Parts: sequence; structure tokens; C-alpha cells
Amino acid sequence: MTSNTKGSEDFQWPPEEISSVPFRLYKNEEIYKSEQNRVFGGAVWNFLCLEVEVPNAGDFRTTQVGRMPVVVTRNFDGKICAFENRCAHRGTLIVLEEGGNARDFSCVYHAWNYDLKGSLKGIPFKAGVNGAGGLPESFCMQDHGPRKLRVATICGLVFGTFSNDVPPIEDFIGDVILPRLRRVLGKPVEIIGRFTQVLPYNWKLYAENVRDTYHASLLHTFFTTFRIARLTQAGGIFLSSDGGHHATASFAPKAEKDAAYQSLRSNNETLRLSDPRLLECYDEYNDGIKNQMLTIFPGLVVQQVYNSLALRLIVPVSINSTELRWVYLGYTDDTPELRRARLLQANLIGPAGFVSMEDGCVGNFVERGISTAQDKFAVVQMGGLTAESQPTRATEVAVRGFWKAYRSYMGV
Amino acid sequence: MNLSSIYERLIVLNSEYARCINSDQLEKWPDFFQENCLYKITTAANVKNGFDAGIIYADSKAMLADRINALRNANIYERQRYRHILGLPYVVEDAERECAVQTPFVVIRIMGSGQMELFASGEYRDRVTVLSADELKFAERIVVCDGDRFDTLLAIPL
Repeated sequence: MTSNTKGSEDFQWPPEEISSVPFRLYKNEEIYKSEQNRVFGGAVWNFLCLEVEVPNAGDFRTTQVGRMPVVVTRNFDGKICAFENRCAHRGTLIVLEEGGNARDFSCVYHAWNYDLKGSLKGIPFKAGVNGAGGLPESFCMQDHGPRKLRVATICGLVFGTFSNDVPPIEDFIGDVILPRLRRVLGKPVEIIGRFTQVLPYNWKLYAENVRDTYHASLLHTFFTTFRIARLTQAGGIFLSSDGGHHATASFAPKAEKDAAYQSLRSNNETLRLSDPRLLECYDEYNDGIKNQMLTIFPGLVVQQVYNSLALRLIVPVSINSTELRWVYLGYTDDTPELRRARLLQANLIGPAGFVSMEDGCVGNFVERGISTAQDKFAVVQMGGLTAESQPTRATEVAVRGFWKAYRSYMGV
Repeated sequence: MNLSSIYERLIVLNSEYARCINSDQLEKWPDFFQENCLYKITTAANVKNGFDAGIIYADSKAMLADRINALRNANIYERQRYRHILGLPYVVEDAERECAVQTPFVVIRIMGSGQMELFASGEYRDRVTVLSADELKFAERIVVCDGDRFDTLLAIPL
């Protein structure tokens, strides 16, 4: 551990404790800075983009790995490459556009030129003008260039890593989660919308929120009242062995009244949809699972809520601001009826989602609540003190899984 | 009021629409639409890319009423309201029973804390049905936001 990173002793966080979380983790700038190298730059595969976003040679797309700007390209040999979006000369962004097609890239500042793999290929006036100026003869272009990522693809998703120690992508995701991923991304997809939700809180509060099956039917009244998801429905949580990735499954609700919800605010029996077509759902995987929330540590969420499919990429902007980048998906072979169901059920998700808008603000309520409580801890004990797959969603087991993985990558 | 031109009638329609939302008479908001309608909030980039999804997508007046019902009774968000500032309508096509029109907007969000901030800018792309001399309804109102970053959450419709 490097000396500039606070270890577990600084937090009085007992080693391997994952059922309590120091509030300081959301507020400490040093921790936030070290996450870039240890988590996003660590032995993980970071989601970069979809393969369909770079289908042809020369196609490129810009994204971020943590806070680091990254370019993803499709080479002339058909392979996907990725490199840091930073000119070797003065550090300028090499690519300014969100996406497009190019033969090569020239930095706007001094026109240093890069190929699609991010290798430095040309420098204007390298030999100077009329024998004067220019770079020293000792300057070697091969020694200069933005950092390159190793790239792997699975289920149409492109991942990148800076680590030589990370296992192959299939092993990284693991055999518990991989079948759940293949379940929803087992055939070609196309993008049907992109939206960004700016979350006024630390990125880890969202990483927890999306793994927190306990809150879903308590905070989100819409969920509960329309019986889209209740903890009394059948379902469970799958957790990878390192804890970092999870997948939930919830089945269609039972018809009878759930006594467990009678006294809760989120159970509003008078609320009924006047146009119930919104929730007309096709069982397109023939398994009765209405909702599947899946995460791949650190920043990717793959979501099936009814027939609404989406990716969510968690991008830290600053210690208390996060971008949640939504990519709404359909399958290329959607019938018009299925596509229409996806468009209608997109009302459930996103920045204006009937069942997800509250996630935009609730992390900020935590941030404000813990303003002067950085020596205190959050309680994460629903469903026990450990992190393993459980046949219930009345648990915080996937939140503990996140902290188990986080502690191992951070070395705290 | 004697309103002769379609421009004047559209200006009245839009001012009534903005006043309805800004003064928190959201239960009346669906009445600006036809029974079968399309109300969608999307972005200029999605329109350019041909992406159909919206963050709100309602294809009936009943769904708009459901949206308000959920806002009032289900969803959790901090107290807030909007100030719509609407530009002048640009009539793209004026047929006898329907016109296509584009109207720019700016929406300032006022939080319960007192903070005032630009929340969204963009343009409405409408198909307006002319029911009678003084009755216009939206058959379609596509809210095309200029940018794609939505702060925290969007609860109240634009």
C-alpha cells in the first residue's frame, strides 16, 4: 500500500468488515483520487462501449474509464482498440467528438498524429525548418504516446483494462453471472436512445443503490403499488465469488394482497393506472423473470425491467457528482409490438422513470445527512454479515459484495 | 377575443400550456392533448441518430393522467417548480385541420431551497389539431431538449 492512501486503520474499519461502511469513503478526496488507479485502473475490465457503436473499420467512440478520457476504435484489421484520449505532447484531448469515422487522428493543438491504435505516427516540423528548430534527434516517437488498454468483447460489449493481471473477461465475470448476462445480451442489439442523468452524489452511492434490492419496493412507490416488484415476490440474488458483480431475478407477483406491505407508505392501494398498456409485458426469455438487474464491477449495469433493456454506465465526475449514462436497447429482430413495449416501459427507467427517478436524489439525501458524520458508519446488515448468493431480495447482500470487491481492489 | 391568425391561436395555446405547468395545475395538463396522442421527451442527439426512445413516452391522454397521478401520489422528489419561457411558434405546415409547428423553450427549475437554475432548453415539435375556431389540441408534442444531461431527475413534465 502506498503511503498516500489511507488504510483500514485510518477509518477504524475492521479488516474484511463489509456489513458497516465508513461514511468517510464518500467524502474523502484522497480515497476518491486513489480509486482511479486502484479500482478503474486496477485488475478489472471496464465497460467501454457496445460493439455496434464501432461496427466498421475507422469507427471510433469516446468514453471514460473512471475519470480518464478514452478513445475506442475499430481498426482496419477489424480489431477493436482503446487508448487514453491524451496527446503525448501537451496532454490535449486527441479526439473531441463523441463518435464518428476516421483514418487517423490529429491533435488540434500542434497536429501530432496518431493511428487508430493510438500510436504516435507524425509530428509537424519534427526536423525543424531550414535546419533550425525541431525536436532533438534523440526523440523517439515509439517512446511517446497515450496509454493503451487491452480490449476484450463479450455479448456485444467492449471492455478495456490497464491490468496485465486481470483474468480473461469470461473468468472475470464468472460462471455465476455470465449466464445471466447471456440471458439478455445473447443476441444482437441496437441502440434506441441515449440519456445522461447527473447524480449529485458520490459514484459509490449509486453502485450501492443499484445493488440494494431492499430499497426497491420501499423507496419506489410505483414499483410496489403496481406490483412490478415486491420483496414478497419470488426471486433472489446471484453474486460473483469476489462479490463485485451481481444479478437479481424477480418473478411475476402473486395475485393476493401482501400483508407485509399493509402499513408502509409505499403501498398505495388507491393508485391504479388508467392506461395499463404501459405494463403489458412479453415473457421474451420464457422464464417468468420480470426484472433482472445485473452489475459488472466497477461501473456497468445491465438492466431488464419488464421489456425495457438498458445499459447504465457509472462515471465519476467529482467526489460528489456522478454521470449515469443510459443506453436504451432493443434487439435487431424486435417485432413492432415488442419495440413499442420497450418504448412504453422506458417510462419506468431513466431520469424521469416512474421507478427510478428517486435514485437520482436519494444518494444526495445521504450526502447531506452525513455532512458532519464522517467518523460514523452505515449499517448494511440486512440478510446477514457476509456476501454470497441468497434466495431472497430482502437483503443487502449485493451491497456487501460491492464492498468486499472494493476493499480488495483498494487494499483497504 | 377575436383571434384571426393561426400564430395568435398557437401563442395562446402555448401560454396556457406553460401557465398550467408553472402554476401547478398539472391535473389539467392532459387536457391539452387529443385522446390518442404522442408526448415524448427526447434530445436533439437522439432525433439526429434516429433513436426513438424518450425519457417520457406516452401515446394516450390516459397515460399523461397516469404520469400526474404518479407524481402526486407515488414518486418521491424534493419540492420544485418550473418557469417556462416560450419563444414564438414557427409554423412549418398549416393545413386546414392540423398544423406542424416548432416552438423554442427554456425551463428554469426552482427548488424548495430557493435555488434557481436552467434545467432544460430545446424546442417543442408539435402537430396541433384544429378542432374549432377556438379549440386546438396537441396530437403530438415532441419535447426535443438541446442537450442530453438531466440533473438529478425529471418529475414535472416539460
